[in-house]
Amino acid sequence: MGADPASRHVGWVPAPRQGWVAPHIASEFPGLGIAWVEVDAKPGRSPEPVRRRLRDLSDRTYGSQAIRLRERPIPWAYRVFFRQIGLDPDRTRTPVEQLTLDRLHDGGFVSHGLPRDALDIAIVETGVALRAFDAEQVEGRLCIRDSAPGESLAGAPGEMAKGTLVIADERRPLGLLFGPLAEDVGIERSSRRIAVAAVQVKGVPQIAVEEALWMAGSTLEAA
Amino acid sequence: MDGRVDPGGGVTTLSGMPSLLDRHELLGLGVADEREARLQLRAQIGRLEAELAELFAEAFGHTEVPHAVAAGSAAPRVLDLGELEAVRDDLADRVAEAREALVERRRVEDGNRELVERMLAAPRDYKWVRVSRQDLGLHGCGHWHSRPRLGPIGMLMGWWRVKISSGCPLPGRLAAVDR
Repeated sequence: MGADPASRHVGWVPAPRQGWVAPHIASEFPGLGIAWVEVDAKPGRSPEPVRRRLRDLSDRTYGSQAIRLRERPIPWAYRVFFRQIGLDPDRTRTPVEQLTLDRLHDGGFVSHGLPRDALDIAIVETGVALRAFDAEQVEGRLCIRDSAPGESLAGAPGEMAKGTLVIADERRPLGLLFGPLAEDVGIERSSRRIAVAAVQVKGVPQIAVEEALWMAGSTLEAA
Repeated sequence: MDGRVDPGGGVTTLSGMPSLLDRHELLGLGVADEREARLQLRAQIGRLEAELAELFAEAFGHTEVPHAVAAGSAAPRVLDLGELEAVRDDLADRVAEAREALVERRRVEDGNRELVERMLAAPRDYKWVRVSRQDLGLHGCGHWHSRPRLGPIGMLMGWWRVKISSGCPLPGRLAAVDR
């Protein structure tokens, strides 16, 4: 592997760290992966440059693009993956489709503060699915795996059905893949270090994943 | 016959038969590799999703195309062969229905286009008939309307013409309506 990836920096942002996928899941879904960056940042109101960027993005996003979105390679790749894991992408929207629909509904990308604005910008620009975790609550490397019998998400009622696909750290599941997070790993007012994770599926190029993480990470670092 | 497959003659020798049988087994007549089948189904789902997306975009604004496929599961998980087949079949049905809806829509639009041509040729035969640009699958406002020249006088005299509207209302005029 060479040097510790955490010690390398691309601009202000650490180079992405590569998570792992359980081998039997990887053999079912070639191209599935997870990568993340950790940045020192705290949640709060977005500074003016971030809000301006959201406004610029709103001006560049039209209804016609929303209709054609599912034909573009990266949004299409996520739609296909949703179908393959049993989700209906017209109900459980892919992140980029959800944001585009919200933009049409609200008349613009509404600022929700950091880190969400940083993720929204990166998702709309690249199409890559991103999640944010409180990095202090994450232990070791992130991974995508299926749930074991008896496992549950912190704060969620009941156990997860066996075989549910989750994002996990080395200790426990952090959230459903493209679903809700455990209650104690989300970003809170007290969070001081944020992990931004990108879920890569077949058809999403590595360069797009790196760009998305860099974009979200640098926006958070600069704020 | 020397017990080997004749490379050029096209004659299958006895010793060539076992290899043929093996190949057929690998192609699915014998033991099927379920994981391989799931990968194939996922690839088919990808292709059908792309096709449906294209049809959806093509039809948008012209006609409704069915594109909803029910979720196979409440939570994300690895679907088994039967579930993947169900998703694939549903997608294939939606693609077929969407194609059919588009063909039907085109047929209606072609019919309307011919109607406009006939109206222009003989407005008197199509009194008061009105066809909009949308009926022809065109964007924007406007319509072709067969109506008499000079109002009641034209009606009495049989002076009919097709009037083509001048397009979408200007913003100023819309604002005036609000006032």
